[in-house]
Amino acid sequence: MYDVIIIGAGVTGCSIARELSRYKLKTLVLEKGEDVCTGTSKANSAIVHAGYDAVPGTLKTKLNRRGNEMMGGVTDDLDVPFSRIGSFVVCLKNDDPKKLQALYDRGVANGIKGLEIITDINRLHEMEPNLSDDVVSALYAPTAGIICPFLLTIAMAENAYTNGVEFRFDEEVSSIAKENGSYAVTTGAGVYHTRTVVNAAGVYADAIHNMVSAKKLHITARKGEYCLLDHTAGGHVKHTIFVLPNEFGKGILVSPTIHGNLLLGPTAVDVDDKEATNTTGAGLTEVNTKCFRGVKNIPTREVITSFAGLRAHEDGDDFIIGEPEDAAGFFDAAGIESPGLTSAPAIGEMLAGEIAAKLRAEKNENFNGKRRGILDPKKLTLEERNELIRKNPAYGTIICRCESVTEGEIIDAITRPLGAKSLDGVKRRVRAGMGRCQGGFCSPRVMDLLKKYRNVPMTDITKSGGKSQIVFGYSKKSEEV
Amino acid sequence: MKNCDLVIIGGGPAGLAAAVSAYDAGIRDILILERDNCLGGILNQCIHNGFGLHTFKEELTGPEYADRFIRQVLERKIEYRLSTMVMDITPDKVVTAMNREDGMFQLRAKAVILAMGCRERPRGALNIPGFRPAGIFSAGTAQRLINIEGYMPGREVVILGSGDIGLIMARRMTLEGAKVKVVAEIMPYSGGLKRNIVQCLDDFGIPLKLSHTLVDIRGKERVEGVTIAQVDEHMKPIPGTEEDYSCDTVLLSVGLLPENELSKSAGVALNPVTRGALVNDRLETSIDGVFACGNVLHVHDLVDYVSEEAASAGRHAAEYITRGEQKSETAVPVKAVDGVRYTVPTTIDPALCDDSVTVRFRVGKVFKDSYISVYLNDERIQHRRKQIMAPGEMEQVILPKKTLLAKDGLKEITVRIEEA
Repeated sequence: MYDVIIIGAGVTGCSIARELSRYKLKTLVLEKGEDVCTGTSKANSAIVHAGYDAVPGTLKTKLNRRGNEMMGGVTDDLDVPFSRIGSFVVCLKNDDPKKLQALYDRGVANGIKGLEIITDINRLHEMEPNLSDDVVSALYAPTAGIICPFLLTIAMAENAYTNGVEFRFDEEVSSIAKENGSYAVTTGAGVYHTRTVVNAAGVYADAIHNMVSAKKLHITARKGEYCLLDHTAGGHVKHTIFVLPNEFGKGILVSPTIHGNLLLGPTAVDVDDKEATNTTGAGLTEVNTKCFRGVKNIPTREVITSFAGLRAHEDGDDFIIGEPEDAAGFFDAAGIESPGLTSAPAIGEMLAGEIAAKLRAEKNENFNGKRRGILDPKKLTLEERNELIRKNPAYGTIICRCESVTEGEIIDAITRPLGAKSLDGVKRRVRAGMGRCQGGFCSPRVMDLLKKYRNVPMTDITKSGGKSQIVFGYSKKSEEV
Repeated sequence: MKNCDLVIIGGGPAGLAAAVSAYDAGIRDILILERDNCLGGILNQCIHNGFGLHTFKEELTGPEYADRFIRQVLERKIEYRLSTMVMDITPDKVVTAMNREDGMFQLRAKAVILAMGCRERPRGALNIPGFRPAGIFSAGTAQRLINIEGYMPGREVVILGSGDIGLIMARRMTLEGAKVKVVAEIMPYSGGLKRNIVQCLDDFGIPLKLSHTLVDIRGKERVEGVTIAQVDEHMKPIPGTEEDYSCDTVLLSVGLLPENELSKSAGVALNPVTRGALVNDRLETSIDGVFACGNVLHVHDLVDYVSEEAASAGRHAAEYITRGEQKSETAVPVKAVDGVRYTVPTTIDPALCDDSVTVRFRVGKVFKDSYISVYLNDERIQHRRKQIMAPGEMEQVILPKKTLLAKDGLKEITVRIEEA
């Protein structure tokens, strides 16, 4: 019997798992993907929002503010890159400046610090030289930041794991049954019994919730398409630039990423299919045209990839967190759309507190909240780097040219706790294949390392688990390998 | 920090030929830095024949062609380091490199030859919509998987782009038992050599659809199918022309880009058309003593011309090392107009140049029965008829030094296509 089963190993589920590992609880995370961070958490704006745009009094507002406050400490502890670069909401010459003022007022009501409306164009252009010439003023939020959503999720999971949380992958929950004061959770691999359940199932959180509660939820997958530009374009803006929503919609943000790329997006289109993470011609065109509203001269020809993510939008428009009236011991973390990434540490803190209280859990004195990330040799001095290569020559071999990723880093990514099992798993951990050639050169070499260190045949190496195998067998031989 | 007369970045066909010619011009302190674990570069995975027709008057495979030059390097005992990645080049020619044995090390070079080759344009650079499953490869990656690693990356294949590697891979995959269903090319003409279209597609009955592109990729885990549509003159898909193909693999052969990240960090000025360095007739970049050749300078179709160009770069680098930078006061620009997309070089100094200068270029569209013309100021000095010229085939003109010197008040050299 588990104390807690968490369904979903996205940033929300992993944050809750890590917070729960502060207590003496037997916790299991069930994930239908092959790795953590394979759903909504892997494809979003990678923004830590300041918290001015949620409606006062909502959970989104409360948890956004708290999550933003916590992010510095959490990322320090977990060795995850995070930078408070600040954000602008720009008001264009045909926009209504009252809307910008309303946003500022809402931010103040939400308790967001440091907000400022800047109307001095010279100062704006000094802070952000590539702002569009149509910009007349902007709301500046210095506490906004950028983060790597993959590394945050992975780090939270690793830390939870080393503090005793179990993880099972490739297990999709098919049913949940209430038993005497507990739950039976069924997956393709078996039945697990647990005192409590946490529903962190992203776009499928409605289906999970509706298995146990008569008070139904309805989540719509809201697609957002993005384009990612090469490092050469990464310095085009220094802050995250939003435009004021107007009759043409919410607008496309332009932001540097924590790894030095430039990100454009997202669109917002409700889709029926919760697996529809495909990009569309219309979506990519929208990203590539609307991005110019707030920022000029974006070198869109430097695009290296495009992708789409699905937001888990609940009809009530707010996060749904906690126990439904008719399902004691079942805890929702549902409807976690933007600002879900920002809020993740706060959602974890809140739910872990509620669950620990309900289960009267004791503190886990052995909890160690520190996690060491994968060593990045680029951050070392020449001498330190040579010392490292002497100790472990794998750090002297570059596998991914575009992102300068060494063999040593990739081996670490594969062999560490909850290590990478696929090309995408390696990519999300150390960025091999994330650069301008998109894995053209390094993928055969990363496949070799996966084969060697996971000790599996090449035909079992996948891009992202499941049936995403990369080669079918040997050339000029039978299909069996 | 160690000193070195000549550091050559890249041990592919360009780097090898440059090393040999620099050696033969008297330079002994040469170091080739190669990132792969053997010399020869991309030729090692090009196991088809057709290499060396110009240089050796015989048909060699890629590895055989590379071997001819590797032997010359070995015979001369030119030093090289394998599995060594160059991490940085500074404007004053300090090269930082790394490998397992030496760690990270720095060399101060008198001259540097950039010979890093090129890379393939990935799917992402084209904004092709659809899912991102396994089974989408650049043609060169598939070539490596089959020819070097010995694995079969697909069974039913659709190829986007008719660049030479894509054409070669259409044949290769077919010979390995795969079914190549179609090659779609967005342009109204192929990006590859005519001989490859004949030998790799026509001979195997593989259809080439010009003015067509991919508008959708299906399959959440592995590719399950694609949709191809015809495009209009603005390269926008025409509604109603969509055709679905089921396939498990998509190969992309949609262009090659010179790999100039190191050049940029050194401050080398690049040509926005070629994305390679701007060079003078000695193949010297905007930085004194830094030369470029091969596919890092501009993408070639034939390795023979890479070797020829690289030999010239090696010779001029040797000259630079022995005689120092020669102040060029009479350099004139070479202008690419009327259908000529670019030229290499972009300046020529008649006083300093070789006895003849080869100017290589590509045309921007297909020309039939047209003329390649060269003008010195307003005077036409060459007018050569070509039955057909296409963007996929590099062209060249050869300018004799004495003609250039004989022209009074030479201000500019212009290369243009004149239609009949």
